[in-house]
Amino acid sequence: MASGYNAKEEDGHRAGAAGPGESASRSRKPDNTAFKQQRLPAWQPILTAGTVLPAFFIIGLIFIPIGIGLYVTSNNIREFEIDYTGTDPSSPCYNCSQTYSWNSTTLCTCTLTFSLNQPFEGNVFMYYGLSNFYQNHRRYVKSRDDSQLNGDLSSLKSPSKECEPYHTNEKPIAPCGAIANSMFNDTLELFYIDPNETRTPIPLMKKGIAWWTDKHVKFRNPGGSNANLTAVFQGTTKPVNWRKPVYELDSDPENNGFINEDLIVWMRTAALPTFRKLYRIIQKKNNMTPTLPRGNYTLEVTYNYPVHSFEGRKRMILSTISWMGGKNPFLGIAYMTVGSICFVLGVVLLFIHHKYGNRNNSSDIPS
Amino acid sequence: KKKRDATIELSKWSEEGKRQTRRHGGQRKTKMSNFARALSTTRRIGGDNPNRHYANNKIKTTKYTLLSFIPKNLFEQFHRFANVYFVFIALLNFVPVVNAFQPELALAPVVFILSVTAIKDLWEDYRRHRSDKEINHLDCLVYSRSERCYVEQYWKEVRVGDFIRLRCNEILPADVLLLSSSDPDRLCHIETATLDGETNLKQRQVVRSFIDLDAEFDPLKYNSVIECEKPNNDLNRFRGYIIHRNGRRDGLYKDNLLLRGCTIRNTEEAVGIVIYAGHETKAMLNNNGPRYKRSKLERQMNVDVFWCVIILLVMCLFSAIGHGLWMYQYGDKRPVFDVLSPEGTDLSPVVSAIYLFLTMIIVFQVLIPISLFVSIEIVKICQVFFIHQDMELYDEETDSHLQCRALNITEDLGQMQYIFSDKTGTLTENKMVFRRCTVAGVEYSHDANARRLAMYQEVDSEEEECLSHGGTLPRRESLCSQHSGKVVLRSQSTKSHRRTGSRAEAKRASILSKHTAFSSPMEKDITPDPQLLDKVNDCGSQMEFMRFHSQLLNQIPPDLCDVFDFFIALTICNTVVVSSPNQPRQKVRRFELKSPVKTIEDFIKRFTPSRLTSGSNSSSSSSLTTNRSSSQRACSSMLSSPSAESTLTKLNEEHFPGQGLQQAFSPVPPNYDQAKASAPDKCELRYEAESPDEAALVYAARAYKCSLVGRLPDQVTVELPHLGKLTFELLHTLGFDSTRKRMSVVVRHPLTEQITVYTKGADSVIMDLVRPPSDDSKGKRQRKILFKTQNYLNLYAADGLRTLCIAKKVLSKEEYAGWLRCHLEAETAIQGREELLFESALRLETDLHLLGATGIEDRLQDGVPETIAALRRAGLQIWVLTGDKQETAINIAYACKLLDPEEEIITLNAESQVQPNPFLVHRLGLVIDGRTLAYALDKSLEDKFLAVARSCRSVLCCRSTPLQKSMVVKLVRNKLKVMTLAIGDGANDVSMIQVADVGVGISGQEGMQAVMASDFALPRFQYLQKLLLVHGHWCYSRLANMILYFFYKNAMFVALIFWYQFYCGFSGSAMIDQWYLIFFNLMFSAFPQLITGTLDKDVSAETLQELPQLYMSGQNSEEYKPYMFWMNMIDAFYQSLICFFIPYFAYADSNVDLFTWGTPITTLALFTILLHLGIETKTWTWMNWTSIAFSIVLFFMVALCYNASCPTCYSPSNPYWTMERLLGDPLFYLMCIITPIAALLPRYALLHLTVLRTLTIVFMYESVCKYSFCLLALMLNECSFGSFAIQFQNYGLLIKFHVIGVFGLWLFIKIIPGPICRDFGLGLSYSKTQTNTRQVLQDLTQ
Repeated sequence: MASGYNAKEEDGHRAGAAGPGESASRSRKPDNTAFKQQRLPAWQPILTAGTVLPAFFIIGLIFIPIGIGLYVTSNNIREFEIDYTGTDPSSPCYNCSQTYSWNSTTLCTCTLTFSLNQPFEGNVFMYYGLSNFYQNHRRYVKSRDDSQLNGDLSSLKSPSKECEPYHTNEKPIAPCGAIANSMFNDTLELFYIDPNETRTPIPLMKKGIAWWTDKHVKFRNPGGSNANLTAVFQGTTKPVNWRKPVYELDSDPENNGFINEDLIVWMRTAALPTFRKLYRIIQKKNNMTPTLPRGNYTLEVTYNYPVHSFEGRKRMILSTISWMGGKNPFLGIAYMTVGSICFVLGVVLLFIHHKYGNRNNSSDIPS
Repeated sequence: KKKRDATIELSKWSEEGKRQTRRHGGQRKTKMSNFARALSTTRRIGGDNPNRHYANNKIKTTKYTLLSFIPKNLFEQFHRFANVYFVFIALLNFVPVVNAFQPELALAPVVFILSVTAIKDLWEDYRRHRSDKEINHLDCLVYSRSERCYVEQYWKEVRVGDFIRLRCNEILPADVLLLSSSDPDRLCHIETATLDGETNLKQRQVVRSFIDLDAEFDPLKYNSVIECEKPNNDLNRFRGYIIHRNGRRDGLYKDNLLLRGCTIRNTEEAVGIVIYAGHETKAMLNNNGPRYKRSKLERQMNVDVFWCVIILLVMCLFSAIGHGLWMYQYGDKRPVFDVLSPEGTDLSPVVSAIYLFLTMIIVFQVLIPISLFVSIEIVKICQVFFIHQDMELYDEETDSHLQCRALNITEDLGQMQYIFSDKTGTLTENKMVFRRCTVAGVEYSHDANARRLAMYQEVDSEEEECLSHGGTLPRRESLCSQHSGKVVLRSQSTKSHRRTGSRAEAKRASILSKHTAFSSPMEKDITPDPQLLDKVNDCGSQMEFMRFHSQLLNQIPPDLCDVFDFFIALTICNTVVVSSPNQPRQKVRRFELKSPVKTIEDFIKRFTPSRLTSGSNSSSSSSLTTNRSSSQRACSSMLSSPSAESTLTKLNEEHFPGQGLQQAFSPVPPNYDQAKASAPDKCELRYEAESPDEAALVYAARAYKCSLVGRLPDQVTVELPHLGKLTFELLHTLGFDSTRKRMSVVVRHPLTEQITVYTKGADSVIMDLVRPPSDDSKGKRQRKILFKTQNYLNLYAADGLRTLCIAKKVLSKEEYAGWLRCHLEAETAIQGREELLFESALRLETDLHLLGATGIEDRLQDGVPETIAALRRAGLQIWVLTGDKQETAINIAYACKLLDPEEEIITLNAESQVQPNPFLVHRLGLVIDGRTLAYALDKSLEDKFLAVARSCRSVLCCRSTPLQKSMVVKLVRNKLKVMTLAIGDGANDVSMIQVADVGVGISGQEGMQAVMASDFALPRFQYLQKLLLVHGHWCYSRLANMILYFFYKNAMFVALIFWYQFYCGFSGSAMIDQWYLIFFNLMFSAFPQLITGTLDKDVSAETLQELPQLYMSGQNSEEYKPYMFWMNMIDAFYQSLICFFIPYFAYADSNVDLFTWGTPITTLALFTILLHLGIETKTWTWMNWTSIAFSIVLFFMVALCYNASCPTCYSPSNPYWTMERLLGDPLFYLMCIITPIAALLPRYALLHLTVLRTLTIVFMYESVCKYSFCLLALMLNECSFGSFAIQFQNYGLLIKFHVIGVFGLWLFIKIIPGPICRDFGLGLSYSKTQTNTRQVLQDLTQ
């Protein structure tokens, strides 16, 4: 009210100065505009049977075909999955899984055989899958230094605090942080066994598995692309769980150091505790022969990655993809379900309306 | 340079002042000590300027300075608990072990909210600062001792003790004691409109000891000391003393004080000394800050905010326990993904869980809607803006529209249950029109006057319809010409009526010329009753005749005498000020210089010795005059009395050379010419009265040619038929007060020389004070008159007229002297002056002789009955609380359809504390009078009173005091727990307005006190209908829906993260990028809901007014019931489940990464939330479309920019190129289509099922109706259900609920039981309803 009083006093003064005639002519009548009178032209969606029922039917009629389409597309995708964790004593990897830990120095390999009943056409994507691995844990997700991975030299030498406790091991760790530290390091190799028992290795593409932007923008080796990696990484040390330093991940300089695609893929933390990550791509050879013909295959695993401690599972997945990605019938089913619900609702409502509407029409109010 | 001079001067002054104080100190102390004690707190102001320790006149209403703004504003903002909470959360984020987001980022919303509020405060403060500055730099004339003249200074430089010269139309810079005035009467007129809104002029007097200074006031000669009370905020009280050098002291009263903010009017020049300056002025002390009210909705909302806190804590606790268990299951085998603490140490599950609890509080903080409070404020401001802009709430006649004085209770308007209304000025126009009178037991019906008034009404309505006025005009003009000689003037005024409708025109005219507060032509032009007019003329001529033949006046027959006295009483027994619009003030010629009798000596000199000393009988009157005035002068100025002759000559020279001696007695015939010459002048006399009743009576008397031509503090000049101008010496005025309910004037009658008391007051009071008639013949006549008058009074009251009784009393000199002694004592008393004066008045006003009574009509305002009917149908209980007498009140109540003739009326008039006997009859009306109300409000009876009152349809409390009014409101509010609205226009309604949940003031006739105290100010009562039924309903439903939506939105968003905790080991991880998480509420989803909250209309204004029953949804809080909060919560959780699990399954066991998965979820949530709002929005304007489109575009723009801006920043999410990639993914679009639809399907279907439910109910009702027509009839009659049934019939399957859609129908279902039960319970007669229903049905089918 303090301001109110002042305003009043002001008004009084002004009126005194201007004279009563002038103040009277200045009418305070509100403007007659649609906005100010709250009469803006408006559309009022009326929820009547006439508008609601068609909406239900239309949704139903659109969703069900989409759902069927998606379901069929998903079903056309070939997918093969093999678990090589080795928790079962009968499994070839049982020994490896029991003995192996992060600290062991000897390599442990195991070989699994499987057969594909149907040929895989087109490019086949080879994934490794982990279960019960909480890559989305809050402290885990944070434990990385993006500047270091982007090739920043100062970050290389003094990684971000976020990497604690995988920050320094006497020398700064490159790449630092828990994510890099726990990088998946099994090696998977695939062999096709001819009917005549010869093992043909299947060529696996290492490159092209990471996002283009990650490979070319987000991840960079320190000192530019042509620098001598060994020299650049001088003064840093490998992550605790790693066997080799980062500059020895691959022989190809285009796929070594921070721009190693396995590292890049691993660094993109999975959303859910059961996830798969792209490991290799098997490119189709020609249009005549399928990429992976039906028959027997062996998977050779260099078993480095311990999952026993958290009861994790490791899988190898082979999958073709369609325009909507990997095999996942869910969306198709969801569309079909929602569409059906809408349709059924529409029918039920129509029935009710029909019943009561008609009865009402005929009933006349006494007058 | 001038300034420096001034400071030097000041210091010199202060030295001088000190010296002076020392010199007089001792003496003053001894003399004043008990006085100082009497005024519990005093301040002392010297004539010089030793007053530096008092506040200066600079005002500063700003809260902050540049330096103190940030700390002080923050401090104030932290008074709101929510702000503290949010800052606490933000600071928690800085603790590394528990932090969830980037600490700086988490601060952003809090800082944003705080800064928005701070900017608002800063802007307000800046406005205050500017207006302060403007006021501080106004100019005024202050006396400068160095320059020996008045110099211009800024207001802020004025100090206590300065002398200020004020000119006409200037605003007073401070509270000033009036020391001198250019007005010959030593008066000063002020207008106090800025303080209390009263536009009538008020007279202020020069301090008595300075009255007689003939020369101009010279500040240099002033050397007195003023002692007065400490500054206080009571506008009507000022007490103090002025102590002169010689030790004499004079009292100071409020009549001497000019208050800051008032305007000087009609006075060329005045000089005063500043008493209170700056913040110590009464005006500033009355500025208490705005009242903070909390609306019912907000209270309810706070409960739900509390529930949100509980939900939050439960969710956090759940997560914490989950995390502890998750940790525990791994035992000692620490998995690689469970990162050690930065120190490399292992955390135990319990410690982890505790840390996680805090982290979760940060992550889930969005559940407590940080922006809710800000949004509500914004929406309310917009609502106030729209209410303010409504054309239908604008009154063209007064050029005023509705004012919202309380910004934060608009939605309460939609929830009112009880209305307490004042009568006078609220239901009625407070335009008092003289209707009829009775004098000496004879009734004068004033039929012509009644016809005239009826015609006004007709013309009013006709001209509103823009019809031709030819028919009414000639009649009217003939009428006008009949009743007085002032034909010219009258026809002019009639013409002006004809042009634009009487009332409107009159009102406009009154605005143009600001000062005629209560005088529209309708009130001014009164057609006299011919019979009475004859009598007045008769009496006048007889008196004239007798005076010429020096006969005794008491030979006139007593009834004629009474008639004459009656009109004299009407004319002079008031406080009406006469002025002329052309000049500053009509300066009525001064015949004598006298003031009301102030001292005993004065009295003795005036009344007894003068005759003896003057000796000669022939010139007794003249010498009396002279002596009186001279002695008066001598007395007050303490000068040695000049000789009689010299004064006489002086008087002659000054005022009326030649004929002065006769003037005092009566104007001699030559004066007649003068009177005639000034006739047109006289016609323009304006009467400014404190209450419209007074003005009405004065105008009535003028119609009988008894007109008031001048009023001074000491005399009243009256022009009478045949007698010309008569001057009454005004000895005392005992003003009106509400306890005495009467006012009196003590005059010396110029014709009879008798001291006469004229009293005017409420009939109940006056009738008790009338002298009981004796047993002789005269007494019998008296008794007969009394009896007849009482009958007529009852008749008037039955007609709804306000009655006043007029009485007189003749005092002998001895009686008067005796009374005067006591009265003077009372006047000069220091303590309890008011009480003593009150008692003194009681002593005088006894043994009265009844002259007659008047009936004044107070017309109902336009549209009052309709408004009351509509409000009733809206389920509002309307109580009328009035100070008027019972009969009048009942009649007005009938007139405005508050009481129904069919109702049985219980009248409670208790003489003692008896127990009211509640017996239930259908349709009761309760009438209770003030005295009974006092018993009813007693603790022991209030419950019973309420029980009775609740079973009544209408309650009418008459003769209630302001305090009782507020007690009734308080009782109903507290006991029944209902929402109350009090509406009134006068000062007597202020307490009631303040007590009620919503106070509404009518900015009408009786000043502004009610408006000042109110939350909403309306120009007219009928606007209440639209304000409540339309704006109230809208405000309530908009805000209720917005709040519910807010809760839903936040819960839905937060629940997404909660579900995720099950898949990330309860680690407090969020798949939604922290930027989205923090800005989602603030930016992406903020605008559409604001638009909907401001503009949405669930029902159109027309429908709301046609179907007032819709208002009941607000009364019963239908839009926001406690269960609705939980329904919304459940819906929110369901929707979030859909929004979470569709992406979850769509991306299950894929190579999707955390934020590529989280971003679609955010998008889906946004779409769902917006679509949800779309379902809730009932009217779609382009603004809704734009805001929703804007929100979506904004989200994608921000997301795209954010995801493209920096490849290495924004740890830990580092969302580089995520959105860009998603836009190329067909899966994303597929999810965007299905998720919102799946999420909203239940709500949509449920809405539709509500329609179905309604259908079945309609169907059910109809089938019932086949057997029982009565039920349908009731429904149709009471709740217009018929319109729906008919529509239903017409459209069959396509039920066209144009009006309200689904929710409207839902409301109807809720409403139906109410009226039906009520009517059944009260036993509404069947046949009547049937006919009504037939009509309704016919109307509807057409």
